[in-house]
Amino acid sequence: MAELGVTPVKDYKNPFSINWLTSGLWILVAGYLLYTVQSLGLSWTRFSEGLHHAGTLLDRMFPPNFSRWELLFSGLAESLEIAVISSVVGIFFSLFFGLFAARNLMSNLVTVPVRGFIAVCRSFHPIIVAILFVKSVGFGALAGILTLIIASIGFIAKLFAEAIEEISLKQVEAIRATGASFTSVILFSVLPQVFSRFIGFSTYQLDSNLRNSTMVGIVGAGGLGGTLFSAFQRFDYDFVSAILITIIALILFWEFLSNVVRSIFSE
Amino acid sequence: MTTNPPFLEIKGLKKEYVAGKPILKGIDLTISEPGIIAIIGPSGTGKSTLIRCINRLIDSTEGQIIFDESDVCQAKGTLLRQLRRQVGMVFQEYNLVERLSVIENVLTGRLGYMSSWQAWRRNFSQNDINTAFELLDAVGLSDHAKNRADSLSGGQRQRVGIARAVMQHPKILLADEPTSSLDPKTAAEIMELLAKFSRQKHIPALVNMHDVSLARKFAKRIIGMAEGVIVYDGDADGITDEILKQIYGGEEWLN
Repeated sequence: MAELGVTPVKDYKNPFSINWLTSGLWILVAGYLLYTVQSLGLSWTRFSEGLHHAGTLLDRMFPPNFSRWELLFSGLAESLEIAVISSVVGIFFSLFFGLFAARNLMSNLVTVPVRGFIAVCRSFHPIIVAILFVKSVGFGALAGILTLIIASIGFIAKLFAEAIEEISLKQVEAIRATGASFTSVILFSVLPQVFSRFIGFSTYQLDSNLRNSTMVGIVGAGGLGGTLFSAFQRFDYDFVSAILITIIALILFWEFLSNVVRSIFSE
Repeated sequence: MTTNPPFLEIKGLKKEYVAGKPILKGIDLTISEPGIIAIIGPSGTGKSTLIRCINRLIDSTEGQIIFDESDVCQAKGTLLRQLRRQVGMVFQEYNLVERLSVIENVLTGRLGYMSSWQAWRRNFSQNDINTAFELLDAVGLSDHAKNRADSLSGGQRQRVGIARAVMQHPKILLADEPTSSLDPKTAAEIMELLAKFSRQKHIPALVNMHDVSLARKFAKRIIGMAEGVIVYDGDADGITDEILKQIYGGEEWLN
């Protein structure tokens, strides 16, 4: 290496030498994976037998049976109503929770409890929350609505807070310097910076609530899920497939609508 | 003229970001004349801190800032906002709200005079709207009123920044290195605008600057700061090489 004008005087430690600790951890992970397959009794014969059952189920699902379309549509309408109400209410509350959880605008005294509340909202799967609400307020759409409000707050209040934490404080500083009140500072320097992202999160949450609103019915919280569940229990697989197709159509239609909404509000 | 109270009086102003390490070490400053007053000095010497203490974007540690017969350092809540709205501020990086239109940015200068409810409904008075459009005309941007602020160039943004500050009907203008991000020609135009408005409104404009020759050209009075204290306060003509050496240290750069 004389041509570089550098003459090494000792051997340096190879920076790429094997790290036995990380290698050992990888071996442990692989070992645990093998153990789980073993302990759950997974085998190829079990899998192929299962596939055979799936084949008979699919056979019975076709052709889909839309003859009970009135039942189908009343369930669908209830799911839609649950999704819309819970999204509107959930997003409204999330605006405030998100703002109060933003650490660049609020003191820790406010953000810590609000963040804690949001974390609690997010810590249970909607199914568990739905069961709790069915037990406390009774069967029906109200339990579903409350469930999805909680789910909405848990999810988008956090996203709102993160969006607010990423804004440019220079713009906030400039509006503060005009002597604007706190609320006006929020309205004129924070909101313009996060508005289009809020629209994106909100359409996403409505999408998520639509899907979840077809699910909460399985535990009795109203909507299409209840219809789906009883069809399963009565082995009406052709009606099940009709319900599933309806749900897919609903989600696709919403996908189309939300793209339209987003293209209106973005940029 | 001497019988009028000064526009601004700063007494013994100190600021410590870290206890025991003051960045401003006792600033005394009286501003009683309108027009551009330049503050020059090396980076990190507390020029921006001084400017931001005046409208309390930064809280000072000690001292008084007497403005409009009140001590800004002690003001809270509504009184603080009422003092702030009379202080127009221009920023180095313009600090426009990028997703609002140019005219909305100018009108934000009126927010200190409106309730949040009015602000939410964008309920600006017809008088304010007229003033905003005339100010935009005065800074040469009337064609861009409906454009979004982030579609403008640096020089154009700073013009909007100045219009927003003037929109406050300020009794003093502060500018924190308003030309540092701009090319020399645009920088001179921006200084010209600041000079024009301070002349028209008969108010002082306290301007932080890096460019000594630009300061000499536009300011009658220059304040030199070094290491948290004022080392020169006087006529622009009095800035000699000797004094620049005192402000910036060293001398190689002068040649």
